[in-house]
Amino acid sequence: MSTNASNVPALEIKDLHAWYGESHILHGVDLTVNRGEVVTLLGRNGAGRTTTMRAIMGLTGARKGSIKVDGKETINLPTHKIAHYGIGYCPEERAIFSSLSCEENLLLPPVLKGSSQGMSEAEIYEMFPNLKERKQSQGTRLSGGEQQMLAVGRILRTGANLLLLDEISEGLAPVIVQALARMILMLKKKGYTVVMVEQNFRFAAPLADRFYVMEHGTIVERFAANELQAKMPVLNELLGV
Amino acid sequence: MTFDIGIPLPALLSQLLLGLVNGAFYAMLSLGLAVIFGLLNVINFAHGALFMLGAVLAWAGMEYAGLNYWVMLALSPLLAGALGVLIEKTLLRWIYKLDHIYGLLLTLGITLVIEGVLRSIYGVSGLPYSPPELLQGATDLGFMMLPNYRAWVVVASLVVCIATWYTIEKTKLGAYLRAGTENPKIVEAFGVNVPLMVTLTYGFGVALAAFAGVLAAPVIQVSPLMGQNLIIVVFAVVVIGGMGSIMGSILTGLGLGVIEGLTKVFYPEASSTVVFFIMVIVLLLRPAGLFGKEK
Repeated sequence: MSTNASNVPALEIKDLHAWYGESHILHGVDLTVNRGEVVTLLGRNGAGRTTTMRAIMGLTGARKGSIKVDGKETINLPTHKIAHYGIGYCPEERAIFSSLSCEENLLLPPVLKGSSQGMSEAEIYEMFPNLKERKQSQGTRLSGGEQQMLAVGRILRTGANLLLLDEISEGLAPVIVQALARMILMLKKKGYTVVMVEQNFRFAAPLADRFYVMEHGTIVERFAANELQAKMPVLNELLGV
Repeated sequence: MTFDIGIPLPALLSQLLLGLVNGAFYAMLSLGLAVIFGLLNVINFAHGALFMLGAVLAWAGMEYAGLNYWVMLALSPLLAGALGVLIEKTLLRWIYKLDHIYGLLLTLGITLVIEGVLRSIYGVSGLPYSPPELLQGATDLGFMMLPNYRAWVVVASLVVCIATWYTIEKTKLGAYLRAGTENPKIVEAFGVNVPLMVTLTYGFGVALAAFAGVLAAPVIQVSPLMGQNLIIVVFAVVVIGGMGSIMGSILTGLGLGVIEGLTKVFYPEASSTVVFFIMVIVLLLRPAGLFGKEK
């Protein structure tokens, strides 16, 4: 994993606007994530959280503003080049390939340029023993929980040190959600930087160092974990939590 | 020795071999078409013209540079593949986001240009091309005479088709292609240069068509129109086989070639239409094709 000796943020977004065709979805997003932090992006459906993740990866339509990864500007780069700045993206829809086996899915993302391999295949199978059992199964024949583990597991091998996780707890049984929570704490201990989009407040709250709340394509609230209690009334109003 | 159906065995086997030869061309061309359609979402009507170009290049190599069959078997696909890369980078990449019809129209236009240019230079009568010395003549197998060159065509095609199938279904490179066909944006988000993969895939499909063209040069009359007759049948083959399966394209191509060959023996009047008849039935009963997956 590449190390960052200085205090340059892992991710710095300034005045980000993004469109899908003619639809103006993000109206000036400002967001900073420091190395080794876990940051959670909260908000109602349609607030623009997934669009923000996609915009970082260059998967939206037009973009304007500044997105710096490790201090380097990426706003004008094509998607496949952005990934090599050390980003691992786990999309909301998981995107497990049905024409690949479980093992092929796991090994598909290449090791990123300028990084050494992240976790080894063996380490990932140790963390997710189910995936080892189901190695040869067709990717989409795995259960929802297994597909989620696969979607996260495959980006851990690439040497990515900034992880974008979009709704990884969605639709999963509580026992699997707990396993994912333990995984995130473990990743944090290992020095990964994590940005999470989460609807499940009870899952995300104990994990994050800082929180951003989005509404109508901008950030409306930002606070640290130690301010969470004080912010509960505001969150209640914004999110119906 | 005569079957009680009134056809001598050697004649039957000889027609079967001819059917296999045609089937080999159908398999190679439908394979390239299917791979291109899967990844690029383009119905590559130019496939017939590029097959023809492969054959014409083989003839031209001999005519203008004295390059023999074996050299052209390697060189012609490379040259055609390079043209394919050029076509993709300058023309095709503009229409990916549009409806399929634009891809069909664009590649139809490319076909007309290639065929028109070559027709204006060489006319429509055939350009002669003999099989290489090594493969001329026939081998006596006892129960039939095996034409050496035609046997070579079937063997070479099978090797190339199986190698392509293996690469796509069993290797890491093939995994990128299969994943890229399903969800190119996510594969790009992993850092894979999908646009480059698309360009090279189109180039490969074109090279495969040209390879088939060189194989065909000694057996089908080399002329600027040789692709036209073939491409319509290949389209029917692709519809029957379905787009989803590589092995399906290969098996369907070979199978339909054999069926066509056998039809020529027992009911010659129907031999040029039997493939389309089968296509209509398959479309009614199993629209995704025999091996196809519903998209």
